[in-house]
Amino acid sequence: MARIEVPMPQMGESIAEGTVSKWLKKVGEAVQRDEPILEISTDKVDAEIPAPSSGTLVEIVVSEGATVEVGTVVAYIDSDGGPPATNGKPAAEAAPAESKPAEESSPREPTPSMPLPPPASPPPASPSPAAAPASSAPAPAGAGVQAPDSAEERMRTRSTPVVRRIAEEHGIDISAIPGTGHAGRVTKNDILGFIESGKEPTRPGQTAVGTAPAPSAAPSSPAVVTSAPGTATPAPAAAPSELWERFYGEVRHPEFPIRSADRVEAMDKIRRLTAEHMVVAKRIAPHVHSFIEIDFTAIDRIRSANRHRWEEQGARVSYTAFVAWAASRLLREFPMVNSTVSGNNVIYRGNVNLGMAVDLNPGLIVPVIKDADELGLVGIARKLVDLAERARSRQLNPDEIQGATFSITNPGVLGTLVGMPVIPKGTSAILGTGAIEKQVVVVQDPATGDDAMAIRKRALFSLGYDHRIVDGADAARFLARLKEVLDAFPEDA
Amino acid sequence: MERDDRVLLLGEDIGAYGGAFKVTRGFLEHFGARRVVDTPIAEGGFTGAAAGAAHMGLRPVVEMQFMDFASPAYDVITNYVATSAYRGAGPLPLVIRGPVGGGNRAGPFHSQNVEMAFLHTPGLKIVYPSTAYDAKGLLKAAIRDDAPVIFEEHKGLYRAPALREVLPDEDYEVPLGKARIAREGRDLTVVTYGAMVHRTLEAARALQAEDEIELEVLDLRTLLPLDEEAVVASVQRTGKLLVVHEDTRTGGIAGEIGMRVSERAFEWLDGPILRVTAIDAPVPYAASLEDAFLPQVADIAAAARYLARY
Repeated sequence: MARIEVPMPQMGESIAEGTVSKWLKKVGEAVQRDEPILEISTDKVDAEIPAPSSGTLVEIVVSEGATVEVGTVVAYIDSDGGPPATNGKPAAEAAPAESKPAEESSPREPTPSMPLPPPASPPPASPSPAAAPASSAPAPAGAGVQAPDSAEERMRTRSTPVVRRIAEEHGIDISAIPGTGHAGRVTKNDILGFIESGKEPTRPGQTAVGTAPAPSAAPSSPAVVTSAPGTATPAPAAAPSELWERFYGEVRHPEFPIRSADRVEAMDKIRRLTAEHMVVAKRIAPHVHSFIEIDFTAIDRIRSANRHRWEEQGARVSYTAFVAWAASRLLREFPMVNSTVSGNNVIYRGNVNLGMAVDLNPGLIVPVIKDADELGLVGIARKLVDLAERARSRQLNPDEIQGATFSITNPGVLGTLVGMPVIPKGTSAILGTGAIEKQVVVVQDPATGDDAMAIRKRALFSLGYDHRIVDGADAARFLARLKEVLDAFPEDA
Repeated sequence: MERDDRVLLLGEDIGAYGGAFKVTRGFLEHFGARRVVDTPIAEGGFTGAAAGAAHMGLRPVVEMQFMDFASPAYDVITNYVATSAYRGAGPLPLVIRGPVGGGNRAGPFHSQNVEMAFLHTPGLKIVYPSTAYDAKGLLKAAIRDDAPVIFEEHKGLYRAPALREVLPDEDYEVPLGKARIAREGRDLTVVTYGAMVHRTLEAARALQAEDEIELEVLDLRTLLPLDEEAVVASVQRTGKLLVVHEDTRTGGIAGEIGMRVSERAFEWLDGPILRVTAIDAPVPYAASLEDAFLPQVADIAAAARYLARY
C-alpha cells in the first residue's frame, strides 16, 4: 500500500511552525484529493489543508492543539484505501510544552520526535528536479514574491509553458485543476481534459494570476480558504525574464492585522478589479498633473438660452456634456493625448472614445462614449444620461465599458475643488473636472480696459497625463485650448 | 563510381587490403589504382591531396581508417576545406568518411564520435546514417553535394544482423538535411541518430509494452545542417523532448537541439528538455566500464518514462 505523508505545510516564508487546530477527517475515513482534511493556524494565517492524494486517512500523528515544525508529518493517507494502521497513536499527546503567550489555543512547542519527510527520490535520468510528495497547500499572500518557492510548488501552480499558455487562453487558474504529473503537476492532458469536461472556472480578473478567488467564486479550487479575505495562492518567485510581465500583470495587496473590533469583508468583483487596475495603472504610467481654471459663463448662457428647446427634445445637457464635447474635438488636435505607449511604440488611437467615470456608490464604473467626436453636444448629452442610468442599474454591455482612448472624471459634482485622477491603463490621459462655483474674479472692462471685479462661475480642471508620451508643454497647450473652447463655447455645438 | 568517373577513393589500406572494415573490398580490382588510392598514414597529407583533387574537378572520397584519426587533418578540414567556398576559392566537393562509435571494446582511440569537433565549423555538412538504406542514399547525396561532407559510419552497425536489408539496385539518394521519423508516437519526442536510433527503438518497444508510453523517434540522419523543422514539428505535437546521443554529454548536440527547441517551441513544452548521453570521459576499454559509459536501452527507457509521466 502507498502511504502518503501529509506534512505541515510551509505557510509563509518566515513561518517555522503551525498548530493543528482541528481535524476535519477521522482515521479510517475516505478522503478525496484536495479535500480539506484538517485546519491549521500559524502566526499569519489560518488555513484548511487539502489531502495531497485520494485514499483513506490511516493515521493521525499530530493531534488537535499541537504545534509542530513545518514539514513534520501530521498524518498518513493510504492511497490504496487500505485499513487504518493499528499502531497509530497520536504522538503529539506525549509532547509536553511551555505555554506561549502569543498562541493561547496551542500551548505546545514543536514535537522534537517528529520525523521530517524523507528526501525526494531522484528521477531516473540524472537530470531534473526533485519529485517529493509535496503538499499542494500554497503559501499565503504574506510570503511575497521573494518567497523561494520549491520546485514542487512551482510545478503545482505554474506547471509548464504549454499548460500556462492553455490556461492563459482559457482564463483558467491552474491551481484549480487536479494534476496527475509529478508532485501533482497539471499536465497538458490534465488541462485539456479539464477544458473538455467544461468545468472551467474563470480566473478572478484577467490580470490576477496569483490572486485567490473569493471563496464563493470558485468553490472547486483547492486554494487555501482562510478567515481573512484576499489570501492569495502562491505566486512563484519571479524569474528575471518574467519580471516585467508580472510587475505589469499581477497585483497582490499586502495584508494587515485585524483588530478585535474590525469587520472583514471580501471585496466584490468591481472593487477587486478597480483595486487591481489602479495599482497596475500607477505602476505603468509616470503620472503628472496640470491644472487650469475654466470659466463657465458662456456655457451657462448657452444652457439658459437652449434649456426649453432641449427640454422639448427630452435632453438634459449637463456641464459634463459640454466638457466631453470640447475634449472630443481637441483630442484630434492633440494625438499624443489620445494615444498609448505600447512597448517601444506609441499607438495613436484612430477613434476618440471617451471613458466617463460613473459613481455607483459604492463602486465606480467607466462606460465609454464611442466616437464621441462624431456626436453633437446633444448627442453626447443623451449618451451620457443613457450610459450613467444603465451603469447604475447594472445593464451595461461588456463592450460599453471597453476601448476608452481618453477619460473624464467629475469629482466636482460632489463639491470637490479639484482631483488628481489615475490614468486608466492603455490610455495616456484623464481629465478631472472640479466643482463649478461662483467666484469673484478680476476681469477687464472690454470698453474701457479698466480692471473690475465680477462674479463668474468657474471650476478647476486637472489633466492627469502619462509623461512617457505627453510632455508638460503638450498638456499645457491642450488645457489652454480646452479653456479657449469652453470659455467661448460655440453656439452651434 | 560506375556513374561518375570523377569519383575516386583515398585512404589507408583501402586498396589491396580492402579497408579495415572491408568497406572497399574489391574496389581496387574493379576500378583500378588510379581511382582507389592507398595512402601513407598521413591524414593531413592525403586530405589535403583530396582537397587539391576536388579543386581540379574531381569528387574524392577520403576514408579515415577510424574517424578518431581525422584529428591530424583537422587543420586542413576546418581551415582550408570548409572555408574554400566562402573564400572564393570555389566549392570543395569532398567526402570524408569512416567508422565511428563505441561498444566494440576498442578503447579510447578507436571508439570516438567526432561530430561535435566539426559541428561548429560553418561550411561543412555532417551525415550520420542509422540504416543501410540511408547509408547508401546519403553517401550518394554526399558525393554529389558541392559542400564538403563528414560522413560517420557507426562500426557497430556494419555487421549487425538485425539491420541487414536488401537494398534496391537503382540509383537513389536520401536528401541531406532531412530527418526521418523512425517511429510515430504521441507521448514524447526522442531525437537521436546513428546507433542510438536502434537502442531508442528498443526502449520504445519496451515502453509501449510495459507502460503504454508511445515514443516518437526522430532519426536526424544529417546533423549539419540540422533538420530543425522536423524536430520542432515533432515537439509541438508531443510537448516533450528527450535527446539521445552516443557522444559525450558536455558540448554534445543535445545542447544545440535543446536550445533550438527552446527558441522555437518553448510554448509547446510540457516538461523539461532532457538528454541521455555518454558520460564526460574518454571511451573506456574495459567492457564493464564501456557499458556504463555508453547510453543503454534501460537508460533511455528510464529517462523517457520519467519524462512521459512528468
